[in-house]
Amino acid sequence: MDLTALLLSRLQFAFTISFHIIFPSFSIGLAVWLAFLESLYVATGRPAYRQVFEFWLKIFGVAFGLGVVSGIVMAFQFGTNWSEFSRLSGSINGVLLSYEAFVAFALEASFFGVLLFGRSRVPAWFYLFSSWMVALGTSLSAFWIMVNNSWMQVPVGYVVENGVFVPNDWAAIIFSPVVWVRFPHMLLASFLTGAFCVAATGAWYLLRGEFAAEARIMLRMGLFLAAVLVPIQIFFGHLTGDYVHDDQPAKFAAIEGRWHDEQPAGEVLIAIPDPATGSNSYEVKIPVLGSLIGSMSFTSKEVGLVDFPPRDRPPVFIPFFTFRIMVGCGLAMLLLAWYGSYLSVKERIGDTRWMLWAIFLGFPLPWIAILTGWYTAEVGRQPWAVYGLLRTADAMTPFLTARAVTTSLVVFCAVYSFIFAFGVIYIYRLLQEGPSGDLALPPVAATPNRPMSVVKASLEPKARHASPGE
Amino acid sequence: MIVITFWVFVLAISILLYVLLDGFDLGVGILFGLTRAEGDRRAMMSAIAPVWDGNETWLVVAGVVLWGAFPVVYATLLSAFYLPLLVMLAGLILRGVAFEFRARAERTRWIWDAAFSGGSLAATFIQGMTVGALVDGLPLVNGRYAGGDFGWLSPFAVLCGVGLCLGYSLLGACWLVRKCEGDVRDTAYRQIPSLSVALLVFLVIVFVYALGKNLPVMGRWLERPYLLVFPVIGIAAAIKLAHSVRRRQDGVPFHMVAIIFIAAYGTLAISFWPYMIPFAITVYDAAAPHSSLAFMFWGEGLFVFPLLLIYTAINLSVFRGKVDSTSQHY
Repeated sequence: MDLTALLLSRLQFAFTISFHIIFPSFSIGLAVWLAFLESLYVATGRPAYRQVFEFWLKIFGVAFGLGVVSGIVMAFQFGTNWSEFSRLSGSINGVLLSYEAFVAFALEASFFGVLLFGRSRVPAWFYLFSSWMVALGTSLSAFWIMVNNSWMQVPVGYVVENGVFVPNDWAAIIFSPVVWVRFPHMLLASFLTGAFCVAATGAWYLLRGEFAAEARIMLRMGLFLAAVLVPIQIFFGHLTGDYVHDDQPAKFAAIEGRWHDEQPAGEVLIAIPDPATGSNSYEVKIPVLGSLIGSMSFTSKEVGLVDFPPRDRPPVFIPFFTFRIMVGCGLAMLLLAWYGSYLSVKERIGDTRWMLWAIFLGFPLPWIAILTGWYTAEVGRQPWAVYGLLRTADAMTPFLTARAVTTSLVVFCAVYSFIFAFGVIYIYRLLQEGPSGDLALPPVAATPNRPMSVVKASLEPKARHASPGE
Repeated sequence: MIVITFWVFVLAISILLYVLLDGFDLGVGILFGLTRAEGDRRAMMSAIAPVWDGNETWLVVAGVVLWGAFPVVYATLLSAFYLPLLVMLAGLILRGVAFEFRARAERTRWIWDAAFSGGSLAATFIQGMTVGALVDGLPLVNGRYAGGDFGWLSPFAVLCGVGLCLGYSLLGACWLVRKCEGDVRDTAYRQIPSLSVALLVFLVIVFVYALGKNLPVMGRWLERPYLLVFPVIGIAAAIKLAHSVRRRQDGVPFHMVAIIFIAAYGTLAISFWPYMIPFAITVYDAAAPHSSLAFMFWGEGLFVFPLLLIYTAINLSVFRGKVDSTSQHY
């Protein structure tokens, strides 16, 4: 087997899935926010809610479209680069991901089309219903992905027959306790992404002195939602840590930067781990806190990395730092959300420009937290693809050559950067244009399957205006 | 056993729908490269814009059904066709974004035109080539691919790639006849006869080659001559196609070419049944365990799959009839 091909395949997977997760993590939260806005509009009849809804619906369309395009590659990549994984665990992971795809398409096929083009064609209650079905659908999509990944983290409900993983208890797979802490953790992360983006957009408009009414709605709703959700998210983050502690002790030790068994264990706040010597440099450590976090006890013994044979140890550097970056982002979001909400309640946020700047510039925080959180989970699972059952090295397509993977990695990087650049320009122009547009009827030639065509129709007049040479 | 048959059926329907539906819009993409007039190009894009990405979902449906229900085949084929699939995916992505970005571009429009027709051509060629490579026989050792980066490459596979480009172009031309007026329709009518003749010659070559190369296939057709009904239906549809083109019956040619495709598909399936990867892996070898197939059946098989079929039918019927070439975004 080609070790360079293995490294490149892992890089390619990391690149394509990191690129992909940016869009769903945004659109899942946004879908719920849209449903909530539509409910408020139906309940109060305030046109500002409708303005904000129509505005974010367009942005949702672009994010959704880019998520679908980048998701198609994922559906093929398991087979091309990880054929042994596909063959051995296809009867579990393939089935779960097929549910994800079917749910996503059934949703795209019906209710999303209604949201984009059906306002004038269906009764108001059905439109509202559709907005909640889209929210339910995107969340269900996330659910199947989390069931799939949780099975790879902590496999349950299977037997091994002829080396192949055969499911014998689907209830155990779907209702695994690991799923039910990680799925909420991911869902809350998506909600927070939506909340912070909405709040940041509101802050941006206030700083520019535009769309004051809509901007206030965005800022308030985003901040209040985040103020409630961040503490809940931290709680679910702790529960996620508990499953890692119990089921993946080597990953837990790597995250904690703990090389040797300790009783009671300290908590390393920051350090530079050195795998060569099996120790940390520049360590800042709080005594006993490690036992408290790991086992809710002042005396428990916590496991160190050297207890595991070197071939079963995960890399330390990446999980150790990505975990700390994730937690740091979480705490920064907590500060922004709470202090921002406090200022909002006091009606002072509009005048506190530094805070508006902080909220505006804080919009990447949830994305950074999601990406680093996933790096912690996935790199920390190494050297396993399916924890304890199938090594990543054995999961790869056995005959894959470094030449082939180099080619694909270069092509994916080129194509994705290209699409990403255009997608970002699209969303930026939409944001710049703001929620001021008239509530026009949807374009005739656009269809439910082509969310981006709405964007184009709405941007065209502006584009012509910008370049009179056309 | 029944549940295996069910998933074979779902997979077969999904692939057939993909070939027929994305086939015509990839074909329009290929023909797009042969025109120069901006008005014609816009009309061609408008003829497929509302439906192309609904059509493409069937590729993903086929992909995930293959993985969930027949993991061995998914793993073997996707890894064997590593580089071709990369080209196909890049082609499909570039073609897809060209729909969205072309109308907004002025100076850079040529890039999107190239992405649209080039992407369509590349994706089509790869699809034909993979089928050709399968018929030709992949280099397998103990059921595992053992051919290296280019083990799928053979003159026959390349011939099939070219053949599918002809086939999709024909489907595309018939779609344009059905959806467009004026120049676009006239040009398409001029292209149909030569494309049809080329396609039929190609199909005969493939059929004879497959019979000659694989004696088991020959034996099957000799034992059960009534199976020849598929090629016969194909020929009948070809005759009807010629008539309808001569009489300029805009709605008919597309259906006739679709029947030719179904006949060719049926012929191929009968020749190799029950093999999914010819003469190495059968559907029964490849099927996931019963617990997986049953779990898939009770949710996505029984409810979501019929829903997708209904939605596809509705989407196509909403956009039936000629497109209006005066009020288009494209």
